Amino acid sequence: MNDRVMMKGNEAIAEAAVQAGCRCFFGYPITPQNEIPEYMSKRLPEVGGVFLQAESEVSAINMVYGAAGTGVRVMTSSSSPGISLKQEGISYLVGAELPCVIVNIVRGGPGLGSIQPAQSDYFQATRGGGHGDYNLCVFAPGTVQEAVELTQRAFDVADKYRTPVMVLGDGIIGQMMEPVRMPEYKMPQLPEKSWAATGWTEGCGRPRAVINSLYIQAAACEKHNLNIYNKMNELAKQELLFDTQMMEDADFAVVAYGTTARIALSSVRRLRAAGHKVGLIRPITLWPFPSAYIGQAAQKVKGMLAVEMSLGQMVEDVRLAANGACPVGFFGRTGGVIPGVNEIAEKVLAMKEGL
Amino acid sequence: MAIVFEKPKMLADVPLHYCPGCTHGIIHRLVAEAIEGLNVQDKAIGVAPVGCAVFAYNYFNCDMFEAAHGRAPAVATGIKRARPDNVVFTYQGDGDLASIGAAEIVHAATRGEKITVIFVNNAIYGMTGGQMAPTTLIGQKSTTSPLGRDAEKNGYPIRVSEMLATLDGPTLIQRVSVHDVKHVIEAGKAIKKAFQHQIEGRGFSLIEVLSTCPTNWGMTPKESMDWVVQKMIPQYPLGVKKEVL
Ligand SMILES: Cc1ncc(C[n+]2csc(CCOP(=O)(O)OP(=O)(O)O)c2C)c(N)n1
Ligand code: SF4
Repeated sequence: MNDRVMMKGNEAIAEAAVQAGCRCFFGYPITPQNEIPEYMSKRLPEVGGVFLQAESEVSAINMVYGAAGTGVRVMTSSSSPGISLKQEGISYLVGAELPCVIVNIVRGGPGLGSIQPAQSDYFQATRGGGHGDYNLCVFAPGTVQEAVELTQRAFDVADKYRTPVMVLGDGIIGQMMEPVRMPEYKMPQLPEKSWAATGWTEGCGRPRAVINSLYIQAAACEKHNLNIYNKMNELAKQELLFDTQMMEDADFAVVAYGTTARIALSSVRRLRAAGHKVGLIRPITLWPFPSAYIGQAAQKVKGMLAVEMSLGQMVEDVRLAANGACPVGFFGRTGGVIPGVNEIAEKVLAMKEGL
Repeated sequence: MAIVFEKPKMLADVPLHYCPGCTHGIIHRLVAEAIEGLNVQDKAIGVAPVGCAVFAYNYFNCDMFEAAHGRAPAVATGIKRARPDNVVFTYQGDGDLASIGAAEIVHAATRGEKITVIFVNNAIYGMTGGQMAPTTLIGQKSTTSPLGRDAEKNGYPIRVSEMLATLDGPTLIQRVSVHDVKHVIEAGKAIKKAFQHQIEGRGFSLIEVLSTCPTNWGMTPKESMDWVVQKMIPQYPLGVKKEVL
């Protein structure tokens, strides 16, 4: 499978998951991610896997919890309103330290919102989203090819750290057709899943499995939370990904992720052609966030502009990272409206002039 | 000397936390005996609920999950689909199964998931301190129906077994009670039969067990047993509601 084929983002994500060894998928229909469950429904049986359409997103994520607890690679996907329903389950998955991959093809919100692309679930994705003290590892692909690679990586990271991992794509990533090369998936060296529930007898070589997030004593719960916290700090150190373009001599930086970063890159190129020293910083993991790099960049540039398909969510992380070293502006469109190349370029120029 | 009674090995050798006179303990033993009797302890994977039985993962001596409130049938579905050769059961209270988890149980049943559900109906929310449950009887007092459940305001108690028996997916739905020895023996047989249905790959099986909550009913254990007979059984008639052989 080394030839490039045209694939819709959603289908490419699904195929990438299957090739990474995903053998169970539980989901519930919602636009704009329906191609993922549809693809899985015919593909997984071919490899002896399980596809099941659940009665709701609440059930789907709990089916994921059950399957993940037996040690198989399992995935679910949805879009914003459905991801809200999954939050209870995501919190339990974190608490019980179960690996799985959750795909959110984000659409406009709040409420039923729109079915067009958006990035307005950033807070929900990176701050945990469900109840309790945790962060979720989040990958944000900028192309269909990257969606493929990050989906496979998400399974590895999930297994390595025993944690749910989210792939956060906007509706464009899900719906767009692009040439894709399916990489030859090679599973890295990963810890044995000796914690998995597979049936137990005394003396079978492992302790009885208890998949659980209840720690009724405060001290025990604190210890458990600190274990997860330390593990996630390690993840943050090891798994951080970001991309930079034309930052070497830049005196101004645009910060954007996903599809928005692609549009912003066109804006940056246009500004460069007109003689402006503008660069682009593109976080690929949203949690962990490239705070250290942005902090250093903020010392060198005169200003930064965060661009999002939201009314300003990631910009808070950019401001925290810049820590006052340079002004951080914001430009965003919301509700499913996609920012234009010119719009972004104009905002950059307006901000540069005001500096 | 012949041993006439032994604690099943399927029950861990730890003290149970249930209140005196609570029948959760009896039901635990029946589930443990059924699994042991069928010799599938090494294949058993249980799912504990949110409710008084939340710590069941400490008691059943097999691989266990703790599920979110009401979600045990979905969790069990995930386990069973991933590992069809295991024997998967849930143990759920009436708030867990018939209120917050109503969707999960109906759909697991109608899909004919090959799991076994032990449904403990004590007509109240035990763990949170005696609030009204979907199974609370008309006129029954609880901390959120202090004047007694009023059908006009609170609607009517749900007969889960009868409701699920209308579906095509289940192959065994039976309601039992554990208020005296005869009924305990009958309940034990029903639970064992439910696991047999699963082991033979027939379909979804559920045993509803009428259970006591002396603490939140405000009764002695003896009064509680009598209340099951006098009040609960008339509302929740015992018997096989559906069986496909
Ligand atoms: C989402 C959620 N809502 C509410 C609760 C609080 N809660 C814990 S147990 C329980 C009721 C349990 O009652 P039941 O299922 O009848 O079991 P019992 O305790 O009577 O055995 C509730 C409402 C919770 N843990 N999670
Ligand atoms: S509160 Fe009720 S159901 Fe819970 S252990 Fe006590 S008697 Fe049993």
